[in-house]
Amino acid sequence: MSDATIQRAIAELVPKGSRVLDLGCGDGAMLDYLQRERDCTGYGIEIADANVLACIARGVNVIQLNLDEGLAIFEDASFDVVLQIDTLQHLRNAEVMLRETARVGRVGIVAFPNFAHWPNRLSVLQGRMPVTKRLPYQWYDTPNIRVGTHADLADLAARNSLRVLDSFGLQEGRIVRFAPNWFAGTSVYKLAR
Amino acid sequence: MHFEAPLPLQSGAALRDYALSYETYGTLNAHKSNAVLVCHALNASHHVAGVYADQANSEGWWDNMIGPGKALDTNRFFVIGINNLGSCFGSTGPMHTNPDTGKAYGADFPVVTVEDWVDAQARLLDALGIHKLAAVMGGSLGGMQALSWTLRYPERVGHALVIASAPNLNAENIAFNEVARRAIVTDPDFHGGHFYEHGVVPKRGLRIARMIGHITYLSDDVMNEKFGRQLRAAAQAAKDGKPEQLTSYLYSTQEAEFQIESYLRYQGDKFAEYFDANTYLLITRALDYFDPARNFGGDLDRALAAASCKFLIVSFTTDWRFAPKRSREIVKALLHNQRSVSYAEIDAPHGHDAFLLNDPRYKNVVRSYFDGVAKELTV
Repeated sequence: MSDATIQRAIAELVPKGSRVLDLGCGDGAMLDYLQRERDCTGYGIEIADANVLACIARGVNVIQLNLDEGLAIFEDASFDVVLQIDTLQHLRNAEVMLRETARVGRVGIVAFPNFAHWPNRLSVLQGRMPVTKRLPYQWYDTPNIRVGTHADLADLAARNSLRVLDSFGLQEGRIVRFAPNWFAGTSVYKLAR
Repeated sequence: MHFEAPLPLQSGAALRDYALSYETYGTLNAHKSNAVLVCHALNASHHVAGVYADQANSEGWWDNMIGPGKALDTNRFFVIGINNLGSCFGSTGPMHTNPDTGKAYGADFPVVTVEDWVDAQARLLDALGIHKLAAVMGGSLGGMQALSWTLRYPERVGHALVIASAPNLNAENIAFNEVARRAIVTDPDFHGGHFYEHGVVPKRGLRIARMIGHITYLSDDVMNEKFGRQLRAAAQAAKDGKPEQLTSYLYSTQEAEFQIESYLRYQGDKFAEYFDANTYLLITRALDYFDPARNFGGDLDRALAAASCKFLIVSFTTDWRFAPKRSREIVKALLHNQRSVSYAEIDAPHGHDAFLLNDPRYKNVVRSYFDGVAKELTV
């Protein structure tokens, strides 16, 4: 996620000194921050060459893997925290990866764009797919192939017998606890098996 | 550099009175902390970079990777290339005199392993006064040596770059090596490995060994792109400025009809001129024997527990001789042991050969990694 304030808000959820796996770690900024500010260690997973290079350049351990191939190389509960920040919506096997996140990590933290945020609802009511700062893509070129809401993820977690340790929304860098399905552009879940 | 003291080998034998050829590039810093050892693969040598002033076409085998301002920058690092024992580029090998018999070793040269090479390299570093390497790096068989360094001398390695390599050879890989070895051993000029005294070289066997090796180093796509079904005669016609002419087949079973045949024959001929037959047997055997998990019931996780350095593992998507999944096994075992590791899987079309080629994504990954190594140096 590019927004530094959102990144920081999620970093607050990661206990100091945690061993972290960041799925779809991008340029490694999150792990870099966690390593520097919260004494964490860990690895990022990325598929894009440019991001792998960026991680190596900033000294973040990165494993080049296609998440659609699963997390077979990681053992059960081998990480304190598995992050899946703005990754789930790009995955064909989103449900499997949600389960995998909770298998490999003692805690999984999932953040993704909440499609039920009120401006998105308004847009759909007007007969148009939303195009916003948070969802900047046109319907025909969006990489977001899994379009879900804050409420939807609770169902998916229950369906896979995952415990929701916490859940809330993020909007403008602030935590939204009141009706996040309406008032937050980003949904965050803290999950465990 | 000459070594008096016998080197104990994995086989139980020992090698005495041996020499190692080596080259260095760049300057060792005052703390002797910027040394990088580059390990060579099957048919390479200690001449990893640069050119010899008085010799044409003498570019080092990894010159596109190593040199001033290159990915492994010799302005910052002191790079060491060592020719392995049993090789044919200067270090003691089967063509040299056996001190016990006064005759060339030939087939009596002891079987050497990756571990033996690493031990010999360590002795050479001792002699140079280098206790700890900033990094050890190698591709293919060289990557196996780099990995072995991290297990045999974990306290002497800061970083390991293991490129286009594997934790051991699979059956298919051993099979390719065996075909090559049989080609050499069944050449009538081989004379049981003592061909030196007969004044001949088993060139036919060497040619075939090289041809089969070469096929496995390339990808199907690259071979098709480069040669396809092009006929040698058509290629010649194109050279003569008559490209449109449809040349007919020679209808011969023994002439080089297709360009790929001509290319493989050329590569085989070239190789047979300079490579030693016994060396080919020894080095392919070292490849076959390498298997650090063997002493741990095949458990690579336990085998790699000994390593303590940081790792960069690199593989290439079209490399089927040392496939990405083999590199991922190394990554998985390092993850199990919570070691610091990065893994890049470069989407290059060139097969196993890609590790020697100039792909910018690959080079940038190695360059960035060495930037990080340089930052850690005590100067």
